[in-house]
Amino acid sequence: MAISFEPAPNTVAAREMYHRIAREQMRPVARKYDEQEHEMPWEFVRFMWEKGRSPPGSFTGPSDGFVQVCVQAEELCWGDAGLYLRIPSPALGGSAVAAAGTNEQKARFLNPFREGAPKWGAMAITEPQAGSDAAAIQTTAQLDGEEWVLNGTKIFCTSGEAAATIDGGFVVVWATLDKSAGRGGIKSFVVPAKTPGMKLVGLERKLGIRASDTATLVFENCRIPKENLLGSAEIKKANPMQAGDKGFKGAMATFDASRPIVAAMAVGVGRAALDFLKEELEREGVSIRYDAPAHERTAIERDVIDMEAELQAARLLTWRAAKMMDHGKRNNLEASMAKAKAGLAVTKITQKAVEILGPLGYSQKILVEKWMRDAKINDIYEGTQQINQLIVARRILDYSSSMLR
Amino acid sequence: MIDFEPTEEQQLIVDTVRQFATNEIRKAAREADEAAALPASVLERAHELGLVSSALPEVYGGGGARSAVTGVLAAEELAHGDLAIALAVLSPMLLALPIADFGSEEQKKGWLPRFTGDRYLPGSLALVEPAFRFDPLHPATTAKRDGREYVLDGAKCFVPWQNGVEAVLVIAAEDGRVQGFLVPHDAPGLSATREKNLGVRALPTVELELRGVRVPASAKLGSESAPGDTAVRGILNRGRVALAACAVGVARAAFEIARDYAKERQTFGAPIATRQAIAFKLADMAIEIDGARLLVWEAAWKMDEGHDATREATIARHQAQRVALEVADGAVQVLGGHGYIREYLPEMHLRNARGFSTFEALSLV
Repeated sequence: MAISFEPAPNTVAAREMYHRIAREQMRPVARKYDEQEHEMPWEFVRFMWEKGRSPPGSFTGPSDGFVQVCVQAEELCWGDAGLYLRIPSPALGGSAVAAAGTNEQKARFLNPFREGAPKWGAMAITEPQAGSDAAAIQTTAQLDGEEWVLNGTKIFCTSGEAAATIDGGFVVVWATLDKSAGRGGIKSFVVPAKTPGMKLVGLERKLGIRASDTATLVFENCRIPKENLLGSAEIKKANPMQAGDKGFKGAMATFDASRPIVAAMAVGVGRAALDFLKEELEREGVSIRYDAPAHERTAIERDVIDMEAELQAARLLTWRAAKMMDHGKRNNLEASMAKAKAGLAVTKITQKAVEILGPLGYSQKILVEKWMRDAKINDIYEGTQQINQLIVARRILDYSSSMLR
Repeated sequence: MIDFEPTEEQQLIVDTVRQFATNEIRKAAREADEAAALPASVLERAHELGLVSSALPEVYGGGGARSAVTGVLAAEELAHGDLAIALAVLSPMLLALPIADFGSEEQKKGWLPRFTGDRYLPGSLALVEPAFRFDPLHPATTAKRDGREYVLDGAKCFVPWQNGVEAVLVIAAEDGRVQGFLVPHDAPGLSATREKNLGVRALPTVELELRGVRVPASAKLGSESAPGDTAVRGILNRGRVALAACAVGVARAAFEIARDYAKERQTFGAPIATRQAIAFKLADMAIEIDGARLLVWEAAWKMDEGHDATREATIARHQAQRVALEVADGAVQVLGGHGYIREYLPEMHLRNARGFSTFEALSLV
């Protein structure tokens, strides 16, 4: 291979297609579903479901692989990050099944997504007392005959409402078989929609990404078949990260794939604000002189150049992490780098855009204030800024998780 | 297709230069900085790596393998060894590349083989002027046609001026249009005064005064088909990208010292690297360095593709110079008092990194 920044024709075609969807299907309803929080955007959902069931045949030939997935996520989140999260798909739950499931499990849980009515998958990890420290999970799973019995409370579950209540969907629940075993006891379980004992008890009211449902799910003696465990039931007490077990390690590995996508989503939101800002400046007759000597640059030119540099650095770190997956290389360092950079960069970029645009930026007449609210989630979910810094720090220092907490 | 893997050949160059930078350049760095003098023997051995000649056309004895991407890969490694020595190693490019790109046939024949020979020959570019309002596309230095000659007047600064330099490419305005002129180092009317700078002390730079300096008309870069601001824009973009690559190298060097020190240094019974205040700072450094490097690669790639890379080069430079300064400052901070004393290198990296906002366009890749 050689260093290249030339996207494959497939990527260009995908970018155009998803950009059109973002512009035509998402932007016009972005404000509506920001204001009508918790309302299902059925028209958009059905459009995306149909689109997803009839993949365009033209996307053959050389591909940028996972980078293309990132480009798609960026375009759609340029449209609207909240609506993007509403797109019916197996989502993170699907990533978990794909990463740790058997072929039988993949077929059983993922095939329904190929047909019928819109469906959602979700991942339930976070608990009131366990977020980044996933090993502190209190939800329990106990084997009773041929069934697992789940008990506990899960919060901040993206698309949890749709996944738990609409036929064909499923929630991947992280639970412990043995609290004394720490991480080694953590396993993930697939709970199909409408399983008795899985209850939707609340929906969060949020700063941003309001079009996306964020559910609290309670599991009370929730029974699922024995075959719904992802990975093995064996408890590895020594060091689960080193072991070949697909349990905790497999579940964590889904982050290596999801973090570049979340980083790409972040870049999409940041670009929305930066594109708008640049267009507005151009309308006002302000152009960015890239070849002007530094002392001649205005404060705004300097700010815009800074925002562009930050956004592009985040995008390239994201693509690098994605490309490593295509090359079959371990990318958890690079995925965390991308996620940490992108989350913080777009948080700052969107805030700066509000600042530069003044009263216009602060007004709900335009979407910039919304993008600022939407952007912030990227600094938090799928691992906060700090947890990603921690992962990067451990890797560059060659420290284990017990040496650097 | 998008990819971030250097070719095997490029990787070989990176490995070779990295080894040289670690074994030779880094070891000479502190002494060179203190003495404000370049280690001549290191420069001769660096010349044998062939980084300059490989980029020049084959007809003039070069390798014909010009690539901005390869150039930035090598520049980062050299600067990872030491910035001042890296700039000296690459200084022949200041003359050779503009001549290769825009020179007349006579200029190419006359100059390029001298850079592809057995001996190291430094180059020089007089672009920056000692004025706050300096604009490289509108220099205050003038060139006036007088019969078969040009007469140059003005003042330049931050002009690399190593032992053995034979000529300098002077950027001057002719009838308001910017052009380059090849001026012998000993031309009458030319006076050089050694500068003392905050950083890159080992690299001799001068303030160059030009008072009625006369050169033949054939000394104008490109002669009759003089490229004007096209050449200067090219020089500026190459310089931005090359300096950005060097900035990444400096940042990486400073980061590595901070990282290693943090793992050694104990406080309250544990290495300071086990404290989040230090560990997160190091993590941020690593993230920023990688991000800046990718921006540099993108700008270099765009130049290799023959596109206008002004925006990408500006963005890469903007980011890399900020990152270099922040990382070098962070490294001084991680080492604390030890970062401030000259026994350790971070203070030098901080002085060097500060310069990236000043070194406009040392055209090196």
